[in-house]
Amino acid sequence: MNAFQTSIILAFAFLAVFAEAALDAPRHWLGAQIDLLPALMIFTALNAGLPTVALLAIFGGLWFDALSANPLGISILPLLAIGWPIFLRRELILRDLPFAQLVLGAAASAIMPLLTVLMLLSGSQQPLLGWGSLWQLIVMTVGGAAATPLIFSLMNWFNHALGYQVRTETSFRLDREIRRNRRKEKF
Amino acid sequence: MFKQKNYFALGAVIVVAVLILSLPTSATTRLKSALGSWFLPLFGLADTAQRLPADLADTVLPRRELLQQIAKLRDENQQLKEQQFQTAAIARENEQLRTALGWQKQAPWKLKLANVVTRDPANWWRTAQIDLGSRDGLRENLPVLTASGLVGRISSVKQTSAQVVLIGDPNCRVSALVENAARDTGVLLASGPLDTSLVQLTYLASSANLKSGQSVITSGLGGIFPKGIPIGQIVDARSVEFGLYTEARVKLNANLGSLEQVWVLFP
Repeated sequence: MNAFQTSIILAFAFLAVFAEAALDAPRHWLGAQIDLLPALMIFTALNAGLPTVALLAIFGGLWFDALSANPLGISILPLLAIGWPIFLRRELILRDLPFAQLVLGAAASAIMPLLTVLMLLSGSQQPLLGWGSLWQLIVMTVGGAAATPLIFSLMNWFNHALGYQVRTETSFRLDREIRRNRRKEKF
Repeated sequence: MFKQKNYFALGAVIVVAVLILSLPTSATTRLKSALGSWFLPLFGLADTAQRLPADLADTVLPRRELLQQIAKLRDENQQLKEQQFQTAAIARENEQLRTALGWQKQAPWKLKLANVVTRDPANWWRTAQIDLGSRDGLRENLPVLTASGLVGRISSVKQTSAQVVLIGDPNCRVSALVENAARDTGVLLASGPLDTSLVQLTYLASSANLKSGQSVITSGLGGIFPKGIPIGQIVDARSVEFGLYTEARVKLNANLGSLEQVWVLFP
């Protein structure tokens, strides 16, 4: 974990939010826009430190709300609600398995809109809901699940290509070197 | 696992979220505007990327097809000029009659063209951002339309962009009039989240005689939308609440699913 990884994650979140607002194809073909922030939060919670999780929740949520009709700041807590429990239990999760990533991505992508809509309704807002919202939830869940392993691969590739790598420890120790040269005998 | 610093970070994020949510509307609008301006360089980039395929297609368009299009456009231009003369004559006559009757003069509509730059990333709102803002004279509640019909109204204005709340969103209610003998009026309300082409026209009189294909226009009531902007056509109607009032489905004239350019109307 270093500052470079945090920067990459935040830059990706910024571009993901912009892509969701600018690219209308998923909404046109599937009837719903796929949210990439929950999938990115899964990656962050499993691979980065707590400050990065907090920064992604704050900035990702604010950027999303800035381009949306959502009240500003309403997406911060749902993002945190996804990232926080995963961060606490991340040692128990098989993070390198694509299936585990898929399941986590699906759960996060389903929970995030539900929590946001719940907060909107509790704040006397009137979001556009109906039976079609169930289809939108399914699209978001499946889309988010499919996007999670891709985001893992992409972020790992970025980290590998551009970031500093952890220096591997050598097993060589001077004090345990086996001296193979012949001893000079004293005559 | 449950370290003190973890709780500190959790508490910090919650405090930030609650603080932002409890800010007054004016501060939230400014903050939203500032955050939204971070995306301005990307708007241009996206616009260029969207135009690229069309530009490429233009370069490989055969000359014969271009000549056909020019001839067709010339014909259309001629027809439009004739229509313009007729419209100008009708407008003059209308003005003379209004003066004779002592009616208030009707101000002509002023329109400003805007590009749709983004759509709402959340699925539970139906809004879009346009590239005109307060520096272009935009203010809240101005009607937005296309050549086909009404699209929505301006809901919030930033310096260089504005948010348009589209018909079908719960925050965009339009008083509408059916062009039939009785001139029935109702209110356009939110529709389902999936189909952007259909909206509900409700609170119509129980005796309303609605037929499929009848035109729906703005009634001018409510003070936001001037009278006479086309909205759509009646699809079907049904009696609701044990015959208390009638509800109809309206197919919108404007295609809200593929908005690229819109007109902002200055009444």
